[in-house]
Amino acid sequence: MPAGNAGFLLPDCRARQPAPQAPTTHHYIESGEAIINEILQGLIQAIQLILDGDPALTEIIALSLQVSGIALLLSTLIGIPVGALLGLTRFFGRRFVVAMLYTGMGFPPVVVGLFVYLLLSRSGPLGQLNSSLIPALFTPAAMVVAQTIISFPLVSGFTMAAVMGVDPQLRQQVMSLGGTPMQTAWAILAEARVGVVVSIIAGFGSIISEVGAVMLVGGNIEHHTRVLTTAVVLETRKGNFDLAVALGMILLGLSFVTNLAMLWLQGRNFNR
Amino acid sequence: MNGLVYQLQDVTKTYNGKQVLQVDALEIQRGEMLALVGPSGAGKSTLLRLLNFIETPTDGSIRFLGAAFDGQRQVPLELRRRVTMVFQRPVLLSRSVQANVAYGLQLRGRRQVDAQVREVLESVGLADLAAQDARTLSGGEAQRVALARAMILEPDVLLLDEPTANLDPYNVGLIEDIIRQINQRGTTLVMVTHNVFQARRLAHRVALALSGKIIEVDDTQRFFQSPRDKRTAAFVAGDMVY
Repeated sequence: MPAGNAGFLLPDCRARQPAPQAPTTHHYIESGEAIINEILQGLIQAIQLILDGDPALTEIIALSLQVSGIALLLSTLIGIPVGALLGLTRFFGRRFVVAMLYTGMGFPPVVVGLFVYLLLSRSGPLGQLNSSLIPALFTPAAMVVAQTIISFPLVSGFTMAAVMGVDPQLRQQVMSLGGTPMQTAWAILAEARVGVVVSIIAGFGSIISEVGAVMLVGGNIEHHTRVLTTAVVLETRKGNFDLAVALGMILLGLSFVTNLAMLWLQGRNFNR
Repeated sequence: MNGLVYQLQDVTKTYNGKQVLQVDALEIQRGEMLALVGPSGAGKSTLLRLLNFIETPTDGSIRFLGAAFDGQRQVPLELRRRVTMVFQRPVLLSRSVQANVAYGLQLRGRRQVDAQVREVLESVGLADLAAQDARTLSGGEAQRVALARAMILEPDVLLLDEPTANLDPYNVGLIEDIIRQINQRGTTLVMVTHNVFQARRLAHRVALALSGKIIEVDDTQRFFQSPRDKRTAAFVAGDMVY
């Protein structure tokens, strides 16, 4: 792969690239040595792309973080209270709700993408409302909706498990000290904070790395809905394995840094 | 002692159709220390939870500081905050000792509490451990933190659910001293204990609970020396009564 690939998505560079096509046999990696070379080249290229501050890459990373960040924020804002409620209360039908939640935790992203696609398409139940509140297909907002649906059950389910793992007598103790129901719930969540942060990490991991839903509802449109995962798919299909590996490395790096930050949020509890 | 803190009338508590407590009448005087003794499963802890308003009675009413409450009427937060409980197994928050002691005050919106926390920790002999993680304490230290956490709130009533169970004699002595101190400040105490000697050492009055009912309540001296009920006499004598 020539060094000029650093600007791999800039228009002038794209003009020099062959048109996207199905990979031919010579594109396939044929030996273990070649695989290692591709990975090493990808690593070097990843570093080079970051150091060069490639604008196309920056745009893709920014959109990836923006879409997944907003989706994670929404699923956290909804998922943690729902998880806490399911962990702290007992009501008729709770088992059914929990079973639904557990099913949602294993829901394939591409199926979520398909449902969101059908809902938001012009002939779909939400799309035909033609409301400004309903995001259109092939927009970052549609990708946020899909990713929120993917991460919500994970955030909610893990939060519920973390809350249920807290000493049940803590609730009575906090109430006995004069806590209101809200203060009591907050105290229990604070005691379950390691598990709650794990729920957020799991939610983030599920969406930053998923490709099926964002491909379906986003469409991988350059400068508009292209994110790291869809760019990896595109470059792999084009046979640009080293570039695909480079993008994959950046994705891994982003995920690693984000998870490190969340572990830091867990604070000293992690080492106990 | 002047005035009634609690007045229970025909109070029952039922779980899943099974009645676990029935108190026809029980009065608790302001400033007294009442010990509740009896075997496991006699309903003692259930009674404490009712007195703490953590649970509501199935039937009957509990009059607390002049206001009557039954299973239907919610106890106002301000009134609920005048009573607190120390559990048999102290449940401490995963924070420092001083943060645990300050917690109840913070629930009440108080922020400048350092001086109070220091004073209370000194009174229970834990000032040196103020910054230590509460979950690294020994059983006796943890129970003293739980007592300090309750003491700092200066409640009208302190409920103690077997506060010295599973502790060594040294720690039992320390905790009994703290309990006496709290009572001398005017706080009403209701203490569940399996240890009849402890009840005899600390309490002004003793009540015997058996199978969910209060069998006898009397002054400590009369309870031990001239019990009216033959089951109380057997219990005091150390016989098995179930």
